[in-house]
Amino acid sequence: MVVDTVDMKGLSDRLAATEVKGRSLWADARRRFIRNKAAVAGVIVLVAIALLSIFGDALAVWTNEEIDFNVIGQAAQLGYPSIENGHYFGTDDLGRDLYSRTLQGTRISLMVGIVGSFIAVIVGTLYGAISGYVGGRTDQIMMRIVDILLAIPFMFVIILLLVMFGRSIFLLFLGIGLLSWLNMARIVRGQTLSLKHKEYVEAAQATGVAGFVIVLRHIVPNLLGIVAVYATLLVPEMILTESFISFLGLGVQEPLTSLGALISEGAKTILYGTIWQLAYPLAFFVLTLFAFFFVGDGLRDALDPKDR
Amino acid sequence: MLVYIAKRLAVAVPTLMLLIIISFLLMHAAPGGPFTQERQLPAQVLANLEAKYGLDQPLWKQLASYVWGIIAHFDFGPSFIYKDRTVNEIVAQGFPVTLYYGFLSFLVAVFVGVSLGIAAAIRHNTWLDYLAVGVSIGAQVLPNFVMAPILLLTFTYWLRWLPGGGWEGGQWQYVIMPVIALSTSFMASIARITRASMLEVLTSNHIRTARAKGLPERKVIMRHALKPALLPVLSYLGPAFVTMITGSVVVDFFFSTGGIGKSFVDSALNRDYAVMLGITILVGSLTILFNLVVDILYAWIDPKIRY
Repeated sequence: MVVDTVDMKGLSDRLAATEVKGRSLWADARRRFIRNKAAVAGVIVLVAIALLSIFGDALAVWTNEEIDFNVIGQAAQLGYPSIENGHYFGTDDLGRDLYSRTLQGTRISLMVGIVGSFIAVIVGTLYGAISGYVGGRTDQIMMRIVDILLAIPFMFVIILLLVMFGRSIFLLFLGIGLLSWLNMARIVRGQTLSLKHKEYVEAAQATGVAGFVIVLRHIVPNLLGIVAVYATLLVPEMILTESFISFLGLGVQEPLTSLGALISEGAKTILYGTIWQLAYPLAFFVLTLFAFFFVGDGLRDALDPKDR
Repeated sequence: MLVYIAKRLAVAVPTLMLLIIISFLLMHAAPGGPFTQERQLPAQVLANLEAKYGLDQPLWKQLASYVWGIIAHFDFGPSFIYKDRTVNEIVAQGFPVTLYYGFLSFLVAVFVGVSLGIAAAIRHNTWLDYLAVGVSIGAQVLPNFVMAPILLLTFTYWLRWLPGGGWEGGQWQYVIMPVIALSTSFMASIARITRASMLEVLTSNHIRTARAKGLPERKVIMRHALKPALLPVLSYLGPAFVTMITGSVVVDFFFSTGGIGKSFVDSALNRDYAVMLGITILVGSLTILFNLVVDILYAWIDPKIRY
C-alpha cells in the first residue's frame, strides 16, 4: 500500500485548521459587486471624473474667470475646441475657457450631490433609526412630520427661498439638505423595525445598555447596507435638482458655475452653432449620473441576497 | 374604509395649513418688501401703498386675513406688480394649459412606461430587456431642460415638421413636443419600477400556481401578475405629479406654452410675492390631494393594507 505522503499532509493540514473561514456578508457583497461589470465600470468612471475635476486644472491654460479677448463675441467662428490656443473644450461667447469651467462646474455638482447625500445619511439615518427603535407614539409623530414635509412641493420652496434671500450657495445646500433626508428616514425606519427584535438587540437590552447606545452601536451598523445603496442613488438625484435650479439661474452664481448652468447656457446658444458648449458639460453630466446609477444598482444587487 | 379616508383627510388639512403658514411667513421674512425699487419711493407713497395692500397691519392679522380669504372666497389676493390683476386671474390663465399638457404627459408616461416595464420583465435578460433598461436609464439622466432644446432643434430647426412654440388653444402640433419633453424622464422611472416589481411578482408562489394549473401565459400576466406588480407604480404617481408641475417651468420656457410655470418664473424674477405664494400653495394643495387619492386607491386595491 502506497500512501501518498503529500496528500496525507494536505489532509491533516486541512483537518488541523479547525475553523473554516466563513464568508461575511460584506466579503460576499464585494465579490458580487466586482463581478458586476457595469458597476465596476461606473466606479472607474467616477474616480476618473473626480480626479480630473480636482487635478485637471493643472493642465488648463486658462482659468475659469479669464477672458480670451481673441475670441470674445466670435465663439462660433473662433471658439471651437483646439489644442493650439489652449481651449481644449472651446470657449463660450464671452471667451471664457470651457475646459476649466466644465471642471469647476463638475466640482460644484459633485459637491452638491455628495453634501446632499451626506446630510441625508446623517440626519435621515438617525431620525429613522430613533423613530423605528423607540416606536409607539413617538414613532407616529415623527413619521407624521416626515409625511407632512414630503407633501410640500420642495422645489417651489427652494426657489422661493433663493429668490427671497438672495442666491447663495449656502442656501442652496440648505434647501437641498432639507429635502434629501426625508425618504432616507422612511426607508431606515422600515429597516429598523425589522432589526429591533433581533437577538443581539435583545441581549444588549437585557444587559442594560442605554437606548441611544443600542441605536448607535447595534442598529446603525446593520443599516449601513441599505443606507449605502440609497445614498449612492441619491447623489444623481441631488445633482439633477441642483442643475434644475441652476437652469433657472437661481443656483450657483458667476463666475462660479455648475454643470446644470453650463448645460442650460449651452442649450440656449446651440442655434448659434456652438455645439461644444452643450456637448462637453452634457457629456460630463451624463457620464457622472450614469456612473452613479450603475454603482447604486450594483451595490443593491450585491447586498440583496434574494437576487443571486 | 370611511374611517381610513377621514384619517388621511385629518392629516391632509393640517399639512395644507402648515404649507400656507410657512410660505406666508417666508415671504414676510424676506429682506425688502415688494415695493423696494431702485428708485426710492417717497415715504408717504410707500405708506399709502402698504396701507392699500394691508402690509401695515400686524403680521398675525395679515396671515389671518390671507388664510380667511383662501378658505372663504378662494381668493389669493391682488398681484403686487400688475396693478389691475389678481393672483386668481393670473393662475386661471396659465393653469388650464399646464393641466392639459401635464395630464396628457401623465397618460403617455404611465401607458408607455408600464408597457415597457412589463415587456422587459417578461422577456427578462433578452435584447428587449436590455433595450428597455438602456432607454430608461438614458431617459433618466437626460433632464427635460436638455430634452426640450434637442427636440426643438430636431423637429423645428432641421426637419421643420413642428412649430417651435406657442399654444394656439392646444392644437396637436403645439402639444407634441411639450408632452414628449415632460413625459420622458417620468416614463423612464415608471418603466424601471414596473420592471423591478414585475420581476419580483413573477417569481412569487401564486404565479407558480397559476402556471402550474396550466393557464396560458397571457392570462397569468394580465390577471394575476399585473395588479400586484402595479402597486409600487401607484405610490410613485404622487411624487410624479409634482415633477410634472415643476417640469412645466421648463416646458413653458422653451415652447412658450404660457402655462403656470411661466407665471411662477415671471413672478419670481419680478419679486411678485403674492403670485409666487399663490402658485406654491396651489401646487402644494394639489400634491396633497393627489397623494390622498393615491393612498385611498392603494388601500382599495391592496388588501394587505389595514385601515
